[in-house]
Amino acid sequence: MAKQKSAFRKKFGLQWQYLLMLLPGMIFVFIFSYIPLYGLVIAFQDYNVGLGFHSEWVGMKNFIFLFNQPTFARTIRNTLFIAIWKLVLGIIVPVTFALLLNEMRSNKLKRFYQTLIYIPNFLSWVIMAGVLLDILSTNGAVNRFLNLIGVDSVNFLGDPDVFPWTVIISDVWKTFGYGTVIYLAALTSIDPGLYESAVLDGASRAQQVFYITIPLLLPTIILMTVLSLGSILNAGFDQIYNMYSPVVWETGDIIDTYVFRLGFQQAQYSVGTAVGLFKSFVSAFLVLLSYVLADKLAGYRIL
Amino acid sequence: MKPKHSAFDVFLTIFLGIVSITCVLPFVHLLAVSFSSSAAVSAGKVTFLPIDFTTASYEYVVSGGRFFRAMAISVERVILGTLLNLVLMILTAYPLSKDNLMGRPFFTTYYVIIMLVSGGMIPTYLLVSGLGLKDTIWALILPGALPVFNMIILMNFIRGLPYEIEEAAWIDGASPFQTLVRVIFPLLKPALATVGLFSMVGHWNDWFSGSIYMSNPLNYPLQTYLQTLLVDFEHLLQSDKSGDIQAILSKMNARTGRAAQLFLGALPIMLVYPFLQKYFTTGLTIGSVKG
Repeated sequence: MAKQKSAFRKKFGLQWQYLLMLLPGMIFVFIFSYIPLYGLVIAFQDYNVGLGFHSEWVGMKNFIFLFNQPTFARTIRNTLFIAIWKLVLGIIVPVTFALLLNEMRSNKLKRFYQTLIYIPNFLSWVIMAGVLLDILSTNGAVNRFLNLIGVDSVNFLGDPDVFPWTVIISDVWKTFGYGTVIYLAALTSIDPGLYESAVLDGASRAQQVFYITIPLLLPTIILMTVLSLGSILNAGFDQIYNMYSPVVWETGDIIDTYVFRLGFQQAQYSVGTAVGLFKSFVSAFLVLLSYVLADKLAGYRIL
Repeated sequence: MKPKHSAFDVFLTIFLGIVSITCVLPFVHLLAVSFSSSAAVSAGKVTFLPIDFTTASYEYVVSGGRFFRAMAISVERVILGTLLNLVLMILTAYPLSKDNLMGRPFFTTYYVIIMLVSGGMIPTYLLVSGLGLKDTIWALILPGALPVFNMIILMNFIRGLPYEIEEAAWIDGASPFQTLVRVIFPLLKPALATVGLFSMVGHWNDWFSGSIYMSNPLNYPLQTYLQTLLVDFEHLLQSDKSGDIQAILSKMNARTGRAAQLFLGALPIMLVYPFLQKYFTTGLTIGSVKG
């Protein structure tokens, strides 16, 4: 016992500076992450500004109210629809683009194209939405172009049937450069010797792509897919909030925009937090699942 | 042997070229609109070149003052926020990179939990306003003071450094603080460039915290100010009755004025883009443990 204690002391004597370094970060995270986590209790309370996180307990009332709202089911449906299509196209488009770029003979042009497609990725959704609202409006540049080639105008932002696709496609357009760069990096690490021996065996370019490139790219594709699973309930608040309007709520209203309106426009803090709590726990499960799958399927670990 | 160019190669170059250019064309259009007169824009004449060239929209931006005020707040936020992010990430990542750190399982669990679950927007908002941080720059900086995911990237980078370097410092009698400052910190530069750029872009692009924590619009950072333009710039223009503005207004409208400000808001990102492209790509590979 005494020996154990002195071992502890010796270790502390050597390591106290490490612990001191950890302290500031721990304090910040405690205040701004753990206290709000505790604040989730207001989902089971009737929030009152004066009482704060110690308001009156009401049990499951907020959840019962929520699950009886037709709006809630609608936001879940919209969130899943938009998020799943973003996920699927967010893999197909960059993989295809990377494979095609990889077939290009001119390295200079390849780098130039890469530079162009990576730009929108760094701009904020406010700026992107500003641009999209301008060019996609009923008399905007895109509709003028469509009319020019003899296609009728499309109400990209105001038609509930079209709006989710406007969101999905513009998101893929903004982000596919990022995925392309990742897949290209994976492609450059493929041993050129494989292609050389394939050429000697008489393989065509298409055969090389299907029998060498795609199989070797698969681990990266699986990894990227699995890691994006965790965000399946994030259909993109920044984007949708800046692009939607009441006429498209029916198909474009997602969980986060709904929480925002409940909390900040109607001051229904408890109901809004109940939605947030529901989302947070489903997401946590999905993130955990995605890390386990990433480890099992692609040997990727972050910790 | 020079590879011969087949029809497929030509098709590929043209097709990929069109798709790539589509990624920047909207911004060329935006720039053209910002330099065109309101009459030409309303008539739908502007595509990729300014029609009836005028700088009226930019004169409005300069004379109004709101834009540059918001930009100054954003610059202050980027500098303070990034510095705080970097200091806390380094101080946390370095001890956590030590396998023999006492209580390490506790500390890693402490951070993993917070990556998995969060209080979400409402409890965080109630806390920040309860602390009296509303309408101060700290409301934009303190809640995200330690970006946990990027801290882990940094930690994995430190773990990849050769062990002997630190060992030599210890043998010379250096304390952990001295080792961190004199030995580890200089080696971290490429990783810090990456996570630092992540932080800078994140702070610059964030509009949401500004819109919920600032009740006075004069305290808005740039992206929050730009966001309000998407909603009611028309009214803002009409309500501005000062003489200078009315003269400018004959040549501009909400669309051209918005285009000018969105373009100016995107400009800083475009200027640091070469660095972003370089470090974000390398950053994707430095932080992962392949096992």
